[in-house]
Amino acid sequence: MHDPIRLLGIARRNVVDDEAGLAHLTLEVRVVLLAVFAALLMASLVSIAMVRFKPHRDYSELRARIRTWWVIAGLIAACLLVSPTSAVWFFAFVSFLSLKEYFSLIPSRRADRRVMFWAYLSIPIQYAWIANGWYGMFIIFVPVYLFMLLPVRMILIGQPKGFLQAIGAVQWGLMGTVFFLSHAAYLLVLPVAATPRVAPAWPHDLASTYPGPGLLLLLLVLTQTNDVAQYLWGKSFGRRKIAPSVSPGKTYAGFLGGLGTTIVLAALIGPFLTMMDVPRSLMAGAIIAVTGLFGDLNISALKRDLGVKDAGATLPGHGGVLDRIDSLIFTAPVFFHFVWYCYG
Amino acid sequence: MDDAMTRTPPQPADPPDRSSSQDLYEADIAVRGPQRHLRYVFFLFFVRPVMLIIMGMNVRHAMRLPNSGPALIVANHNSHLDALALITLFGMQRLHQVRPVAAADYFLRNRWMAWFSVRVLGILPLDRQVRRRGKHPLTPINDAIERNEIVLLFPEGSRGQPEQRQPLQQGIAHLAKLHPDVPIVPVFMHGLGKALPRGEGLLVPFICDIFVGQSMRWQGDKATLMRDLCQAFDDLENEASKPQYPID
Repeated sequence: MHDPIRLLGIARRNVVDDEAGLAHLTLEVRVVLLAVFAALLMASLVSIAMVRFKPHRDYSELRARIRTWWVIAGLIAACLLVSPTSAVWFFAFVSFLSLKEYFSLIPSRRADRRVMFWAYLSIPIQYAWIANGWYGMFIIFVPVYLFMLLPVRMILIGQPKGFLQAIGAVQWGLMGTVFFLSHAAYLLVLPVAATPRVAPAWPHDLASTYPGPGLLLLLLVLTQTNDVAQYLWGKSFGRRKIAPSVSPGKTYAGFLGGLGTTIVLAALIGPFLTMMDVPRSLMAGAIIAVTGLFGDLNISALKRDLGVKDAGATLPGHGGVLDRIDSLIFTAPVFFHFVWYCYG
Repeated sequence: MDDAMTRTPPQPADPPDRSSSQDLYEADIAVRGPQRHLRYVFFLFFVRPVMLIIMGMNVRHAMRLPNSGPALIVANHNSHLDALALITLFGMQRLHQVRPVAAADYFLRNRWMAWFSVRVLGILPLDRQVRRRGKHPLTPINDAIERNEIVLLFPEGSRGQPEQRQPLQQGIAHLAKLHPDVPIVPVFMHGLGKALPRGEGLLVPFICDIFVGQSMRWQGDKATLMRDLCQAFDDLENEASKPQYPID
């Protein structure tokens, strides 16, 4: 118990983990978390070296970006260490920040304030379904009940002029920032069926008790790696643009390079972190690469439409929260339903 | 417009029946000023979490804010939250120096409000009717500047229609003339009028955009100062509404 290495959580024996309250994090999850921090350390060291050797160039944006990554990774790791439920509520907070960013960006009428207030209130409710593992309610609350409730609130206020535009804009934001994003959180409580379509290939027996953190970590690592890989491949080899009017930075070469990188990484860490075998991990990698690209373009199109470069300024070096989670908004629900189909 | 949305609370009319004990209490509390520790705790545990987490502030050119008083911060006015946002902007270190100017007839309208406004929020009450009683209305602001405080002023006078600027009142030029060496910093705020507009009791979270302008000083006449100030606000508003992407 007082052995410092055990307190850090580097131990496999269940008794020790239970004593330290860390049984929900498998050894594999801890290894990958440490690998993430090791990668960040590398990035920090490289960026410091770049500043040292090319002092005439401005790397402050890159340095800020890496510093913010430390904060994001630190918060997620800390929440995961405490408990899966605390990580669920962390995602609720991310939903709140991104919905607020979205509502602050879009044009709105004074009458829409009250509808937006109800939209905010839906966040704790949606994540409460998740914390309690109520799948049926989680999956219909936003697309059925709120889809009805928000127009009802607007109808009671009156002001039919601009109704469609206002209600459409609120619903669109709510679907992405709350409903889609909350799928990432549901991975934490996802139960594996007694007779799933695909036989789970657990890395070891203990892993089947808490599959959630591994699945979430796989989704986050693959989504963010795909972002970075698409950017780097695109910078190096990109020529033909996928959607030049939406985002000039997205190229076919970048996409294909990102796809390859993500699939390879998925095949390497998917079977290690989760119950997915190699074929399922490859498919998950491909799903995340494709949906990630369009999630990114989705927010790019929104920003283009509104004439802004960044959705906010909450995350130095990244822009707003929406700029960071743009890909995740699309990868989370599709990855979730892939896992749900195979093992749920 | 639907009347539920346009309803405004009864505006505090000229209070005709103010007892002399009320006047004495107000005068007393205005002299005593903010309760430093109470104010610190209130801003640290309530105002800052609300303004930075529930609302969110996106500040451009924060380095242009003065590090210490005396200074005059001049801002546009959309919401009760404006003063809280500006005080938050200065951080906890400078909190004891920062005093927002607010209308006495509204914020000191009863004992409880007067105690809370002065002792906790730390407002400098501006008595809009004081001239009749033979005192100059700007005296408390003068005193604050002489105490090296950072005074927050809303020269649009009232909150007005949300997110729409109004003509600036001349009081600021008068203060500048009396204190030609005190820097005047214009601050343009956008978004709080959506979060808590005039006449609404329901706070809805929106991110507040804040643009700090270049500091300026008294140049010798009131017209020049007012023109410079209006120009500064125009520039900041343009910066706020300028599309960052070329729209094609």
